[in-house]
Amino acid sequence: MIRDAAAARKAALYGLISCVLYTVLFFSADRLVAWARATHDGDKLFFFAPIVIAFAFSYVHGAFTGYFWEALGLKAANGATSSK
Amino acid sequence: MESILFIEITAFDVAMLFLVGFIGGMVSGFIGSGGAFVLTPAMMTLGVSGIVAVASNICHKFPKALVGAVKRNKYGHVDLKLGLVMGLFAELGMLAGKHAMTGIKHQYGEVGTSLYVSVIFIAVLAIVGIYVLRDAYEIHRSGTHDAPHEATRLARWVQSIHIPGTMMHFKSIGARVSVLFLVPLGFATGMLAATIAVGGFVGVPAMIYILGVPTLMASATELVIAFVMGVGGTMLYAWEGVVDIRLAMIILCGSLFGIQVGAVGTTYVKEFTVKLVMGIIMVTVLFSRFFYIPGYLSQLRMIDPLNDSTLGILKLIGDATLALALIAGAVTILVSLLRGMALHKSQQAHLEAELVE
Repeated sequence: MIRDAAAARKAALYGLISCVLYTVLFFSADRLVAWARATHDGDKLFFFAPIVIAFAFSYVHGAFTGYFWEALGLKAANGATSSK
Repeated sequence: MESILFIEITAFDVAMLFLVGFIGGMVSGFIGSGGAFVLTPAMMTLGVSGIVAVASNICHKFPKALVGAVKRNKYGHVDLKLGLVMGLFAELGMLAGKHAMTGIKHQYGEVGTSLYVSVIFIAVLAIVGIYVLRDAYEIHRSGTHDAPHEATRLARWVQSIHIPGTMMHFKSIGARVSVLFLVPLGFATGMLAATIAVGGFVGVPAMIYILGVPTLMASATELVIAFVMGVGGTMLYAWEGVVDIRLAMIILCGSLFGIQVGAVGTTYVKEFTVKLVMGIIMVTVLFSRFFYIPGYLSQLRMIDPLNDSTLGILKLIGDATLALALIAGAVTILVSLLRGMALHKSQQAHLEAELVE
């Protein structure tokens, strides 16, 4: 099943961090909703929170999913270049 | 102040959003856009209000597009300069589109905006979708699947125009093009994104047929435009406090798996396949809109009111057709990817055998 051991190790590391992030998101859900409501009601202190959170997830979860597929052998065709 | 509905999220909601996110991500990674037209209605089906659904969709879009663009850039598919320049004008288009929607909402209410969105869907998808599908059919009929990219006559004309002080070189086009041509194309992409949530349905075909960008590069560069629009759009909606980051990150969880698959898939296919998938999705989505329109016309009293069960059945068929569009695209991508990988593997084995001899 595992075609690339190095990628599998990186996937495991980033997967673990991603799980931690999603766990924190789950347990912070009420606070995040409260921030959104407060922003809507005029208190703009935490308006940037969704953007920062999204960037954090894109880096960690993006790395995890990339290494995940690589570990399973899903890689670009050899010599993949622009179609020109 | 109006209270914003942030729903209680159930396990079913998580599973559904993850799955739709995965399929949408795969389509995005392959054709540069897609998924958004299903995600917004999918969230609204769960009880999310329209504005929160749109805002949360946009908030998931920019990180997804970022990851997809980074991945496809490794394959040499991304023209960053073109993406950023068009993205800038797309931001302006988004503002104009949002302003238009707000005006229509004040005048005709939510139903009015839904009818407006459907009319735009039909107009754009009918013209562009049928053109793209016809192009894919012509390639298939002529058997020129493997032929190198050739710019259209219109694109060659655009590339031949020289307007002093406005010219920029773009690697994907391999020529200098006046930025003045990029203004309406980027603007239209943004305006469409703000209206039907999928700017790429204009952006990608415009890059291919008007600017002469190869299909694989157009679909990848669209991800840069989507990123720029997504960041700007998210800031606007976040300022209003209507982004449900929980929904956005659940969808992102699935879509980042999917976008990697779609991106890798593009390295195993030719331009023809990308056009085929794009055309299939666009025409199927076009078809779906015809089931929603009678309901909007009925609610606006522009036709004799339809009864609730008829409206319900029409909406169900419309939603099912939307889902079919996405699934058809995803299946085509997976089949192309698996075929491409098998062919690639046998070619590699053949080459290795020749080397040994």
